[in-house]
Amino acid sequence: MTVFYAEAAMGPRVAGEALVAKDGFSARYDLDRSAGVFCRPEHKLCGQSYQGRVLVLDVAKGGVATAWMLYEMGARGMLPLALVLNRANPIMAQGAALAGLTLLSGFACDITAAIPSGAMVEIDPTAARPFIRIR
Amino acid sequence: MELNEEEKAMLAGAQGPARQWAVEHQLQVGRYFGARDLVPIAQAHIMADTESLGEAGILWLERWAALPVPERRVRVPTTSDPRGTDFAAAARLKHEPWMIEREKRAAAALAALGVLMTDTCITYQTVMPPVFGEHLAYGDTGVVIYSNSIFGARSNFEGGPSAVAAALTGRTPRYGYHLDECRRPSLLIDLGWTPRDLNEWGALGGVVGRLAGDYWAVPLLLGVDRVPGSDEMKHFGAAAASHGSLALFHIEGITPEARHLGDIGNLPAHPVGEAEIRAFQRSYGGPEDGADVVVFAAPQLSLVEMQSLAGLLDGRRATVPLFAATSPQVKADADRLGLSHRIEAAGGTVLSGMCFYNSYAREMAEASGWRRLASNSAKLVNILGGYGYRAILLSMAECVDLACKR
Repeated sequence: MTVFYAEAAMGPRVAGEALVAKDGFSARYDLDRSAGVFCRPEHKLCGQSYQGRVLVLDVAKGGVATAWMLYEMGARGMLPLALVLNRANPIMAQGAALAGLTLLSGFACDITAAIPSGAMVEIDPTAARPFIRIR
Repeated sequence: MELNEEEKAMLAGAQGPARQWAVEHQLQVGRYFGARDLVPIAQAHIMADTESLGEAGILWLERWAALPVPERRVRVPTTSDPRGTDFAAAARLKHEPWMIEREKRAAAALAALGVLMTDTCITYQTVMPPVFGEHLAYGDTGVVIYSNSIFGARSNFEGGPSAVAAALTGRTPRYGYHLDECRRPSLLIDLGWTPRDLNEWGALGGVVGRLAGDYWAVPLLLGVDRVPGSDEMKHFGAAAASHGSLALFHIEGITPEARHLGDIGNLPAHPVGEAEIRAFQRSYGGPEDGADVVVFAAPQLSLVEMQSLAGLLDGRRATVPLFAATSPQVKADADRLGLSHRIEAAGGTVLSGMCFYNSYAREMAEASGWRRLASNSAKLVNILGGYGYRAILLSMAECVDLACKR
């Protein structure tokens, strides 16, 4: 099993299928939150469902709305399972904290190149060295 | 993280459940970014439009709003970002009754917390500009990047929940742009051509935002050939924040912290000239694509922009819907000075206290059959692609020409 350690993490332990792209993430800019899919035409995951998947993306993009939107999505059961980023910004951490979403960021490698889309992964943000592991 | 006695008391619940949650939230976020403590703030600014909040977010706010006054009131002057509608123009925008009801509930809850419902994303032009070195907890990326860069104030992006937490505690976690070491430039933009029009400044912001890459990058612009004005910096910063999630930039010889940079080392340099800015503009299409709606917003218009728009519309008639979104503060002056009347006499609609993209943009497009949108805002055209619009970036004059074409 291949393990990748993160510099920062929060939220509960989870396991599930990874959805991966070398692209950014903003709930306002990129998602159709009603349908639970990426909808921004330029986004590499446009048309794909994020619901219940471990999203592995490059960096946080856009503005502050994601902080509220993650909470709202969670209330409707429409959150991804976890968000894994090469670089998170404050909005992702603030939104994940309110929504109780698992968030990991900061790796020794480009995490979007290290994890194949469709791989089954486990994440433990509570470990002494938080990690994401390919099963 | 280190907490003082008052912060420990809030965490223990001695000042009620809202402040207890607020410190817990700040500890969670602060630990994520390695903050050592909380820093007192002078102001907070809360983004809380109901498209973002949804029913769940409104209920969350209402829970705190129902607490006794001493437990729910904010500790520092706190302002609000644009709302999700302009109640006076809701019918024109085809906003549904449920949207209006949600806006009223959210506004009432925020007001119960003691938030000043300024409903603006240009507080620095209209309400109270920050002071150099002041620590803040601002939501709205445009407000943050302008305050950090032009005034030398210190704020991270504070999403709605964190801005509420900061307002309740009067503090925010000390990390990121509260720290000297994060404010140093990390890349150089060697500018070969200085924009003139506002949309060109926005396009430059988009180019720089994409080059810089993410929140933690701090570009230093070299070669700006004059001191840009407030609206120019507003459009540049808002676009850089939108396209790159940037929160701080410096301009050599112009912005306050660029005067004392000292040795900046060997930073990566990126040449940017007129060709890059024109290519960015063209990537959104051109006036030949036509428009179903023309929107001036994101950020809200200053009084000077309102005057420019009124001048361009004098003696003309818009044949497609044309909206100009501004703050309630500017709207009052624009009304008094006759600018609103001139814009509306030409068929335009002046929107107060909202900013279009955060006002149920998808539902407005579906209800009105809008697909092609023209704007002079490089931020707006970036956001609206995800809402089903095909947005084009033109100058204000070109947008007016397009609106009055037929």
